[in-house]
Amino acid sequence: MTRYILGRVLQALGVLWAAFTLTFAILYLLPSDPMELQLAAAGLQADGISPQQLADLKHQYGLDQSIWGQYWTRLSGAVHGDFGMSLTQNLPVRDLIQARIGQTLLLTGCACTVSMVLGLALAYLATFVRWNPLRLFLTRLPALGASFPQFFIALMLIQFLSFKLGLFPAMGNTGWKSLVMPVATISVLTSSVLAQVLIKSFDDTLRQPYIVTARAKGLSRSAVHLKHALRNAALPAMTILGLVIGLSVTSSIIVETIYTRVGIGRLAQEAVLSQDVPVVLAVVTIAAAIFVTVNLIVDLLYPLLDPRIARNRGRVRVPAAQIEVSAA
Amino acid sequence: MSVESQLTHDPDAVLAHLDPPDTDAPVAADAPDAAASKRPPRSGRRARLHTSASQLARKPGFLIAVVWVLFVGISAFWPTLITSRDPYETHPESAMLSPSLGHLFGTDNYGRDLWTRVLYGSPLTIKATLLAILIAIVLGLTLGVVSGFLGGFVDAVLMRGVDVLLAVPGLLLALSIVTALGYGTLPVAIAVGIGIVPGFARTTRSEVLRVKTLPYVEAARAGGASWGRILLRHILPNSWGPVAVLAVLDAGVAIIAIASLSFLGFGAAPPAAEWGTLISDGRSYLITSWWLSLLPSLFVAMIVLSLNHISKTLQELTR
Repeated sequence: MTRYILGRVLQALGVLWAAFTLTFAILYLLPSDPMELQLAAAGLQADGISPQQLADLKHQYGLDQSIWGQYWTRLSGAVHGDFGMSLTQNLPVRDLIQARIGQTLLLTGCACTVSMVLGLALAYLATFVRWNPLRLFLTRLPALGASFPQFFIALMLIQFLSFKLGLFPAMGNTGWKSLVMPVATISVLTSSVLAQVLIKSFDDTLRQPYIVTARAKGLSRSAVHLKHALRNAALPAMTILGLVIGLSVTSSIIVETIYTRVGIGRLAQEAVLSQDVPVVLAVVTIAAAIFVTVNLIVDLLYPLLDPRIARNRGRVRVPAAQIEVSAA
Repeated sequence: MSVESQLTHDPDAVLAHLDPPDTDAPVAADAPDAAASKRPPRSGRRARLHTSASQLARKPGFLIAVVWVLFVGISAFWPTLITSRDPYETHPESAMLSPSLGHLFGTDNYGRDLWTRVLYGSPLTIKATLLAILIAIVLGLTLGVVSGFLGGFVDAVLMRGVDVLLAVPGLLLALSIVTALGYGTLPVAIAVGIGIVPGFARTTRSEVLRVKTLPYVEAARAGGASWGRILLRHILPNSWGPVAVLAVLDAGVAIIAIASLSFLGFGAAPPAAEWGTLISDGRSYLITSWWLSLLPSLFVAMIVLSLNHISKTLQELTR
């Protein structure tokens, strides 16, 4: 078991390191001139300054080092939680992120909780209801929810709940009311994704022999659904928890921008607009870290929740729910 | 978003999909009309195609979706066929008109016709989408085929690479690429295309792995065909089905991603306007003129919905 845990932790660290390296490579190796990008971000023209000043600036941003030197500085900094200085805001990136990450975690945490409850309820109903039209409608609903662009949902909510009915504020961070519509916007997508996986899982579970046995014993349909099917069907959905959380984090970019909330999603949007490379690198690394950590926790918890796997001599085969969802 | 595709990609669903190319399938059983029976027996694949087409024609939802996609496709390449108005012509006297028969989507703050501007937004967005899908198909197909065909060490290395791409959420990966390449339709298309490569690579790989072990590949091998010939003549033609379905599905995903990126302000420079830019511009007038952002968003939502519906129907059909 120790070997299993150690292996998983090392694998997670490896993926995180590779994700950091990939992002670094994109940001620093692609054809654009990093010096020009950084000068533009700081609001300076490359040809308006003397060679001496240029050299000084290069030194200040660490661009006079070789690419490996820069990579090493960034990597060792990131390991210690230091992502360098923002180019546009003249503040350490760490401070910028610390001031905002709480709001984003609150938003994505609420969204994930809501979407788990909604997704499970929807899948439960869709597989329990017998009346065919309703069943078909509930089964198709997740595909519909996953098709709507998030800006569409957000704008509709603002238009109707905020402007027409005046129920919730259309923007800002203050009070729980400001959280309702952003959470709803993210949950439409994430609960649809979860429900799709869960419906499939319920369908598979309900075909198992032990379900037939339970029914044959004389248990009612609802008792079998609640006591026998639910737990077994919900378990595989855990494996896409990392995905759902990753999806909520990326959704926060659009959602925080639309609802003008303070958070790292909007920080990322502003950083890309001003080509603030260190901030972009930091946000991508943090998002990848969240994704990798959640997956690691799920990997480690899964054998405890499903003893069938732990018994298999420590070699864990997590059910195939490797599903990737590109950001919407 | 290949959730659905992954869900239905379990082997038994796909197995029913492609029969070995050389069997003579019986003539379509549910098309017993006289004309059909007089024709000479068709080869298996064409008969299947015919059955599929007649099945599809009976699904109104599917037909509506196809018509809508075709309509938007035409507007992307020949917008003048659909509207004779000029998207940049301003009429200050008729600014901010609400939707009517004369102006289907109303007019914006300069009096420009919004319906025309949405249609002229199609070329930018649709071409970006096609480019993104092309990148994803070429890279994904190559990665998947190489990985599945060679197996072993190469497979392990390539698939770990795909895992890493998956660990960086798609939109953030796209944002990094846009930061490095700058704004505009082309960088956005490249960014989105690279973001959906992993899905294609995985699907192609699993298809190649499945087809590789089928008896007719073994037979071809025993018959003395080279691996290159087997790959081109036997494996690729029989692997592309699920990949094509995924391409339709991912076209919807790519449209959302491209519209989202241009909504965030990384798209083409004004006065040209991609769908996302139009929606973002209209946001400032949401209280007074809801149509400026809501109608273009609805337009985008409909095309994505249509693409998803088409891909879902095709999937159900191939079972």
